[in-house]
Amino acid sequence: MTERISRSDVAHVANLAHLSLTDDELEAFTGQLADVLDHAADLEALDLDDVEPMIHPLPLRNVLRPDVVGATSDRSEVLACAPSVEDEQFRVPPVLGEAP
Amino acid sequence: MSSPVETTAQNLAADVRSGARSARAVLEEHLVVIESRDDEVHAFNLVLADEARASADAVDARVANGEDPGPLAGVPVALKDNLCTRGVPTTCSSRILEGWRPPYDATVVERLVAAGAVVVGKTNLDEFAMGSSTENSAFGATHNPLDLTKVPGGSSGGSAAAVAAGFAPLALGSDTGGSIRQPAALCGVVGVKPTYGAVSRYGLVAFASSLDQIGPFSRTVADSALVLEVIGGHDRRDSTSIHEPAPDLRSVLDRGVEGLRIGIIEELSGDGLEGIAGDVRARLHEAAAALEAAGATVATTSVPSTVYGLSAYYVVAPAEASSNLARYDGVRFGLRVDAPTSGDMHAATRTAGFGDEVKRRIMLGTYALSAGYYDAYYGKSQKVRTLLADDFARAYEEFDLLLSPTAPTTAFPIGEKTADPMTMYLNDVCTIPSNLAGHPSMSVPFGVGDDGMPIGVQVLAPATGEPTMFRAAAVLEASAPPGHPAVGGSVTGPTGGATA
Amino acid sequence: MSDDAATEIVPGWETVIGLEVHAELATATKLFCDAPNQFGGEPNTNIDPVSLGLPGSLPVLNEQAVELAIRVGLALHCRVQRSVFARKNYFYPDMPKDFQISQFDLPINEEGWLELADGRQVGIERAHLEEDTGKSTHVGGGGRIHEAGHSLVDYNRAGVPLIEIVGAPDLRSAEDARAYVSELRSILVAIGASDGKMEEGSMRVDCNVSVRPMGDPELGTRCEVKNINSLRSLGRAIVYESRRQVDLITSGDRVEQQTRHWNEDEGRTHKLRSKEEAYDYRYFPEPDLVPLDPSVEWIESVRSALPMLPRERRHRLADAAGVDTATASLTVERGMDDLAVEALAAGADAGRVLVHIENNLADGSGLLTAAAFASLVAMEVGGDLTATQAKTVLAVLVVDGGEPAEVAAGMGFEAMDDGALEAIVDGLIAEYDEDWAAFTSGDDKERKKKSGFFVGQIMKATNGQADGRAVNELLARRANG
Repeated sequence: MTERISRSDVAHVANLAHLSLTDDELEAFTGQLADVLDHAADLEALDLDDVEPMIHPLPLRNVLRPDVVGATSDRSEVLACAPSVEDEQFRVPPVLGEAP
Repeated sequence: MSSPVETTAQNLAADVRSGARSARAVLEEHLVVIESRDDEVHAFNLVLADEARASADAVDARVANGEDPGPLAGVPVALKDNLCTRGVPTTCSSRILEGWRPPYDATVVERLVAAGAVVVGKTNLDEFAMGSSTENSAFGATHNPLDLTKVPGGSSGGSAAAVAAGFAPLALGSDTGGSIRQPAALCGVVGVKPTYGAVSRYGLVAFASSLDQIGPFSRTVADSALVLEVIGGHDRRDSTSIHEPAPDLRSVLDRGVEGLRIGIIEELSGDGLEGIAGDVRARLHEAAAALEAAGATVATTSVPSTVYGLSAYYVVAPAEASSNLARYDGVRFGLRVDAPTSGDMHAATRTAGFGDEVKRRIMLGTYALSAGYYDAYYGKSQKVRTLLADDFARAYEEFDLLLSPTAPTTAFPIGEKTADPMTMYLNDVCTIPSNLAGHPSMSVPFGVGDDGMPIGVQVLAPATGEPTMFRAAAVLEASAPPGHPAVGGSVTGPTGGATA
Repeated sequence: MSDDAATEIVPGWETVIGLEVHAELATATKLFCDAPNQFGGEPNTNIDPVSLGLPGSLPVLNEQAVELAIRVGLALHCRVQRSVFARKNYFYPDMPKDFQISQFDLPINEEGWLELADGRQVGIERAHLEEDTGKSTHVGGGGRIHEAGHSLVDYNRAGVPLIEIVGAPDLRSAEDARAYVSELRSILVAIGASDGKMEEGSMRVDCNVSVRPMGDPELGTRCEVKNINSLRSLGRAIVYESRRQVDLITSGDRVEQQTRHWNEDEGRTHKLRSKEEAYDYRYFPEPDLVPLDPSVEWIESVRSALPMLPRERRHRLADAAGVDTATASLTVERGMDDLAVEALAAGADAGRVLVHIENNLADGSGLLTAAAFASLVAMEVGGDLTATQAKTVLAVLVVDGGEPAEVAAGMGFEAMDDGALEAIVDGLIAEYDEDWAAFTSGDDKERKKKSGFFVGQIMKATNGQADGRAVNELLARRANG
């Protein structure tokens, strides 16, 4: 089998996707992802230089709504589903680093 | 008067509207069937008996008051558990949504309820609709009610099984790569994937946004037509919703196929493709013959890029999914596994909350979108969609409708394909092209295979071609050889059914 | 843009600056849902399923946000074009969907320019639409993010429409950067696109800084500085960052491409991450939205409804007053250019009009009409009012309105005739003969000193009614005579 995707690639995407994998999982997933990417290799032979990517299945554009305020959610109903709440806000563990 | 579980949604609604039966009585009879068999089928994640009783009583009250109770008055409906229901757990069969109760109803749910339908429960699915067997559920597999050792197909296996088992005459599912049509075929019921944008996705928990569509399961073609008339049509909350009212489908059902040109897709129907079973091919050709006998002209035709569908799909769908499923981070709703920092908490939550298939697709999609691979995978796959749409457009210059099998085989044994994801993915090979192109297609039961299990034939149409598609479906339904004896609600007791 | 040596922060080095400005658009609702776009308010009250990113929710684009974005594009002379929304994927607790809907390779506005008050042009690369994030409050550790015990998230701001305006690296100094931001803010406010309040965070600035030896055509490696919350911080951060980078280079090191954080209290930047650690955002077209392709008719109707912009106002006033645009800019900033242009059209002296606006109308023009302003200036120039009297009358006109002649008469201001002034001046010369001798001694220093003394005495003797210019002329005449 060709080296479609390496263990370190899988470790990298797992990190990007915020998933933790054990070594066994990493091994198994690497093989499975390689299978799928191998199957997708049939696309490599296609010459698609002059083909536009499909951004959308429908020919719609300019779908807009008027700037009129509507109903807001009931805060207590929303917060009731949150794992942790403090002072009517969503409580999370400390954030390391700033938003990009 | 036949038992409610043997009759159609149309007949039930007519009886409830006329007062011949009460919605409550109809519901109770269905609840008895659910009670007797869902332990072994496991179609439902949640049965909403009390809520359903209240809805049924409300319908009966409207009838008593002389109000119009709607075209689906008193008809029990099962909802795939990725459709949001206000205040009612919506799990996507995932641990990660533990405890979440949406603060709103999906548009389709609003429309069903407004039409008098009675929601009986939330049905099992492959986690986040990722799968073809309903085995990837955090709450256990759904069994095919026609043979409990077999899968019902997926990902809407719970909905298909619920209709096949007589738990409800109607169910809704979602179809991203075949998740309505394939289980419909495997369970011997009708399943429709509408044109992309024909049914609002608002309130459908997204898997792959550019492919997902909600559609019905029913035992008859006419019942699916009725459901689409109720749930279809423009919704301003979904930007991808077509700006048209739902087409009138019931009125065209008796028009036949006289003069229609129907093409069998070569690449999906036999020699062109490995793995289409002989009995499936046989039924397909019998179906084609039936259409021909009814006055259609039938020929084999080529839609060359359908062979690339699977590859493109398993890049596009995971790519969109990797982004759609980022929000399950333990902050606002659902599961949280605590950790010292937010980043660690996200990872711990997602690692514990998602099953392997979901993780696999998230990683595949993340990879396909990541720097350096975008053009080779995602970009190329979106171009294949254009190619496919162009191929379909050429085919539809010559043909009004296309035909193919729905699934390569009849229902396979539980556990048979779980070890090898790629083998499982091959189940979707015939259904994927319609999703990639945004076109409608539907599966109609057409006899059984060598194992006695149902086989479905897929009718494909160009965008917004539902009326013509339903005409052919009605002809196929009328000319179909006998299906599996258990389908259609002839099983009404706890001991009945083909569980061989 | 300028290689004026006076703009050097470190002698011999040129600082190259490009700014990315995010401005919240002044809509009633959020970019993709109809929850209110409102500053402040109780936490988590301006929310709905879409702004919380709840499963199953879908975005629908706000027409007014698009309209405001088009206004911005036109005001910045951009090409307004077909655009596609894209998802920018990254995890952060205040980002409800863990992706931001933005625009990537097809932004709504591209390739424009902005003109500073002094007439120099700065390139605009793009101005695109995107959604804002929620707000995290870091609890414990004195609010410092790295020491916080936990954080609290409020999603009121999540989904508020932003326009991100990416400027070209055409700026060369802290003053340039501040002038650019001020001009941009004036434009956004003038067209009603944003309230431009940096202090409320409705306008935020990220700053790309690099340095190169003066005259070197190659650009240096740049660093992006975040967390700049005021014009003052912007200037300080640029100066700090320029010196830091020059120090690195002159000590034999290299500047590493980094994202850096401005710490206002410490007056320094610190590294957030290097280029290698940059996020892989995995942009792809947002499948839940369809392309945005405003029609020519729409764009033209927006264009025709645009108000006069600060640049046009400066040019109009500069032309009318015979001054340069830099001189005209203060009047425009104070929103008094209509008043000035009208007063000038009525024949008022341009110099006096601009001086009054600069010195005496800092708190607004109130009830002052252009006609009254013009009459007042005419009285002043004609010698009917002294400068001091004119200022006093002006203050009354601002508060109460009315006609300058009536106001002046009511205050007992009458032109002092030359004879009376001469008598007073001659009396004072006689009274303070030693001072007068010093005034006429020919020593410049002495003359200056005594000039102040005599003007003061004369003003005191005339209750301030003497015209300063007439007094100086008379003193000069007597000294020479």
